[in-house]
Amino acid sequence: MEKLGKQTIKFDTPPTILECASIVGPKESEGPLAKYFDQCLEDEFWGEKTWEKAESKIIKETIHAAISKSGVPAEKIDCSFAGDLLNQCISSSFALRDSNVPFFGVFGACSTFVESLSLGAICTESFAKHVLCATSSHFCSAEKQFRFPLELGNQRPPTAQWTVTGSGAAVLSKSGTGPFITHITPGKIVDMGIKDANNMGAAMAPAFVDTLLTHFKDTGRTPNYYDAIISGDLGHIGKEIAIDIAKSQGYNIKSNYNDCGVLIFDKNKQDTHSGGSGCGCCGSVFSGYFFKQLKSKKIKRLLLIATGALMNSTSSQQGESIPGIAHAISIEI
Amino acid sequence: MENPLETEKTYQKYVDEKSPDSPILKNCFNAFWVGGLICSIGQIILNICKSRGFDIATSGTIVSIILIAISAFFTGLNIFNKIGKFAGAGSLVPITGFANSIVAPAMEYKSEGYIMGVGGKMFTVAGPVLVFGISSSIIVGIIYLIFNTQSITLV
Amino acid sequence: MNLNWEEIFNWNMIFRCFLVGGTICVLGQILIDKTKLTPARILVFFVTLGTILGGLGIYQHLVDFAGAGATVPLTGFGYNLAKGAIEGVQQNGLIGAFTGGVKNAAGGIAAAVFFGYIASLISKPKMKKQ
Repeated sequence: MEKLGKQTIKFDTPPTILECASIVGPKESEGPLAKYFDQCLEDEFWGEKTWEKAESKIIKETIHAAISKSGVPAEKIDCSFAGDLLNQCISSSFALRDSNVPFFGVFGACSTFVESLSLGAICTESFAKHVLCATSSHFCSAEKQFRFPLELGNQRPPTAQWTVTGSGAAVLSKSGTGPFITHITPGKIVDMGIKDANNMGAAMAPAFVDTLLTHFKDTGRTPNYYDAIISGDLGHIGKEIAIDIAKSQGYNIKSNYNDCGVLIFDKNKQDTHSGGSGCGCCGSVFSGYFFKQLKSKKIKRLLLIATGALMNSTSSQQGESIPGIAHAISIEI
Repeated sequence: MENPLETEKTYQKYVDEKSPDSPILKNCFNAFWVGGLICSIGQIILNICKSRGFDIATSGTIVSIILIAISAFFTGLNIFNKIGKFAGAGSLVPITGFANSIVAPAMEYKSEGYIMGVGGKMFTVAGPVLVFGISSSIIVGIIYLIFNTQSITLV
Repeated sequence: MNLNWEEIFNWNMIFRCFLVGGTICVLGQILIDKTKLTPARILVFFVTLGTILGGLGIYQHLVDFAGAGATVPLTGFGYNLAKGAIEGVQQNGLIGAFTGGVKNAAGGIAAAVFFGYIASLISKPKMKKQ
């Protein structure tokens, strides 16, 4: 492991993403990426009594699927990193409580997927042979915790994003044949003073651009180096803002840049306003779609930058602005 | 192109320009006719009550109770949120919205038990309405008492 | 019992009710879209506005003009509270300021609590399908 420039970590022996799995909810199953997910649920409760239990089951089953696809026995997994949006990360902890795998709960809001991949990758450079990384989110449990009860008859503004019901899990291995995680650029917190909790894309876009540019400066790469630059969940508005800001800083990313929150839903048909969000958005879109693209070599160099809004309902009621974060990993084959 | 990230102010301004506005004309139109319709249903119920010989205050209470019951019924059928999404303030501002804001959390927090879930969280949205409504009415009463005239009305 | 249908479908009254009720809702919609206030704040705004206008005696004119068009929106709930408080003071003095308002609004509050509880017993929240 070696540090490049200001923030970037370069791996001497890049860890392999052995296998990924994804499970998504009913609305995501109607979206354009439906065929790439391992399992599409018809019922957002999935036979459970509460949203929280349902979310926990989704992440638990996703982890099982990823482990069994990878062929690595569960006892051989040295540690796991998982997180979600619920208070104190209960979805992930409850999902892993019977697993007997050493567990680190992580929180990075919607950036959690890349955060856990980064931490997992770092572990493979030292003690770990196999690491499990997973995240989840659930529209209903997130609405309940962050916004309003589901049955409340309120309107969502056009800038609002739709929390993805879904989970993504990945098994990393010290040795393997790729796709490799070659670089990590952990992001720093960027807060441009946006206070509107219904406009997360705008709050997170500056953090995305900050990490993106730092990554390019640290590695000496340019946007053209990558086949695809993918942000976590900036949504439609955040995506446009990100392209604009990057351009104003001299980087044109328009041609190969896209966003998981934009890809997962059909904006016009599904009425999801600014697009998807949540830990499960980046997690399921990467595990479902991009991992398969990397495997089949349709994409050879991918820069995945998951973005997160580090706030909660208390902070926004107290009038705090929304700090944004973005973590980048470069995945190559 | 200038850099929108220069200061928080320039960024906020840039974001405001970039973010689409709510379709306010369409929203207002829907709010108008749905809100008007709900009030008209109330008026018809009120007229029926009056026609059956109830006094105006009792009739008003009956109207409230019936509209609240209808709203609770639709909320329970998972329909009210669809009406609310369409009509916005049209279903929020009439007493139906008040009822919905009590019924919705009651249903949502059922998973945390009937005492602290339903009972405790029932007023998470509507609680402030009662706090401010009742408090300000007491202030109105006290001010009236201080002036204690029959002609407090300004108009 | 014979109902007076002409009185029930008093179209003139219903039209005024529709107009005023709709207009109050439009005000709410403009507030929602322009100020990004949450629903709870909108409701508080209307109820407080109603008590103030009710206390000043202004809202009474609107009620006389539009009937349910003025009483069904939450401003009417506030008006009702204020009216009750004033009537309470007239009858019982200071204690009436405390008892009058809620007494007037008791039916609505009790109905909302009761039906809310019943709905939670028999119904479950569902995902928005839109």
